[in-house]
Amino acid sequence: MIIRVKVNGRLYESDVEPRTLLAYYLREELKLTGTHIGCDTTSCGACTVLLDGKAVKSCTVLAVQANGREVLTVESLDQDGQLHPLQSAFWEEHALQCGYCTPGMLMASYALLQENPMPTEAEIREGLSGNICRCTGYVNIVKAVQSAARTMADKTREALGEVAASGTATD
Amino acid sequence: MFPNAFRYEAPTSVDEAIRLMTEYGYDGKVLAGGQSLLPMMKLRIAAPAVLIDINGVDDLRGWREVDGTLRIGAMTRHAELEHSAELREQFPLLSRTARWIADPLIRNRGTIGGSLVHADPASDWGTAMMALHAEVEVRSPEKSRRIPIDEFFVDTFATSLEENELAVAVHLPAPAGPVAARYMKLERKAGDFAIAGLAVHIGLGGDGLVCDAGIGICACGPIPLRATKAEAALIGQPLTDETISAASKLVPEDADPTDDLRGSAVYKRDLLRIFASRALREIAEELHGKVGIQ
Ligand SMILES: Cc1cc2nc3c(=O)[nH]c(=O)nc-3n(C[C@H](O)[C@H](O)[C@H](O)COP(=O)(O)OP(=O)(O)OC[C@H]3O[C@@H](n4cnc5c(N)ncnc54)[C@H](O)[C@@H]3O)c2cc1C
Ligand code: FES
Ligand code: FES
Repeated sequence: MIIRVKVNGRLYESDVEPRTLLAYYLREELKLTGTHIGCDTTSCGACTVLLDGKAVKSCTVLAVQANGREVLTVESLDQDGQLHPLQSAFWEEHALQCGYCTPGMLMASYALLQENPMPTEAEIREGLSGNICRCTGYVNIVKAVQSAARTMADKTREALGEVAASGTATD
Repeated sequence: MFPNAFRYEAPTSVDEAIRLMTEYGYDGKVLAGGQSLLPMMKLRIAAPAVLIDINGVDDLRGWREVDGTLRIGAMTRHAELEHSAELREQFPLLSRTARWIADPLIRNRGTIGGSLVHADPASDWGTAMMALHAEVEVRSPEKSRRIPIDEFFVDTFATSLEENELAVAVHLPAPAGPVAARYMKLERKAGDFAIAGLAVHIGLGGDGLVCDAGIGICACGPIPLRATKAEAALIGQPLTDETISAASKLVPEDADPTDDLRGSAVYKRDLLRIFASRALREIAEELHGKVGIQ
């Protein structure tokens, strides 16, 4: 079946077998290997991507179900070689060891911060409860998300400040 | 692992979905959120020859009031019911239950209709729908009918739906007066199915006495169960220490738990009693503020 999917802003057209899972489509067809596969039971969240803005486990969505929709993978986070604030925070807070769960953690955190820019610790733990990490024990992951939330809020404030200082666009 | 190969159909209307279900019969399976069906297909526990994906059927989404009931479309996702501020006043049990189902990522895909038809005895929606006295609206080419939730679950993973019947919505009676609800659940780890769970929905009349009592029991029998004795004990009574304690003790009498690695039957029964007492106490506190009862 022919599908058209926008992945990280780029439109792809592919012929896929209906049984192809979105995670495999991303990894094998599009070579976007940042999305990981860790289980067969929809438990680990290593495969988390955003489908039309919502975080989902891409091992439990068919690629054909993404037809006409938009997907964001971990490869979308950095901008022109600059790490996304979440990626920097994971690095600075030692929120990863083997890194296997990290793409999923980043995408689940990204979705969480889109909906709730200043989550409490409890909200972060709840938001990431579908993502399993076998290495870190979660403490540093939670710290990283908190730190990224602060950085992103500061950036938004700075941007707003610049707009205010430069006057309105119609001046 | 990959699922088996199958033929994929993506109808865009209820009529088309039902026509495909009739055409393929036993070979066809409806794909809703896929959060139970696809994991089973990956493990090859299920291997349907045809998948009928109803994600493109817009008529099955969202909710509206119809003749004094709230009609929730079968394809409404768990997360939508969890976050709807609009439903919280009249149907507080919806968001209180939804936030216990699996994890946020699964809740973004899984649907209320899929959860009910899957008929897991530990289905949190199944349990909450018992407490809310829901009816499931189903359609086939021949007819449309509403199945009371007490007749919906037949056995573990089995409902009273016929092969070509599509669940299109659930109907919940709109409460007349103030209501409060709690969902209590013990799980082994975050996002897991219940070891035991309890849904409690209470409505009060103008006299401050209980006029609506719904109590669903989760994971303590082959299907979600109803605590009929406890419900009957509460109707027409005020919520006091005595009535709460008496009703809580009756809840385990309608449960049928088994001993397993997660706990003994005795433990699960006692858990239900404790849950009932906590839930009713919290509900009483909440409702005392809303209606002037002593
Ligand atoms: C790791 C994990 C943890 C989970 N934890 C919980 C939990 O704690 N509590 C809980 O309640 N659930 C839990 N679930 C199940 C999850 O909530 C599912 O979303 C839900 O049970 C199935 O709904 P679905 O929409 O994904 O249905 P699907 O998986 O698409 O379908 C399930 C079944 O119902 C049939 N079906 C679906 N919709 C219809 C319809 N409209 N008409 C007729 N037949 C239909 C399908 O053919 C299939 O047989 C968990 C799942 C996973 C993977
Ligand atoms: S690989 Fe998708 S949840 Fe584990
Ligand atoms: S860093 Fe190794 S699994 Fe999370």
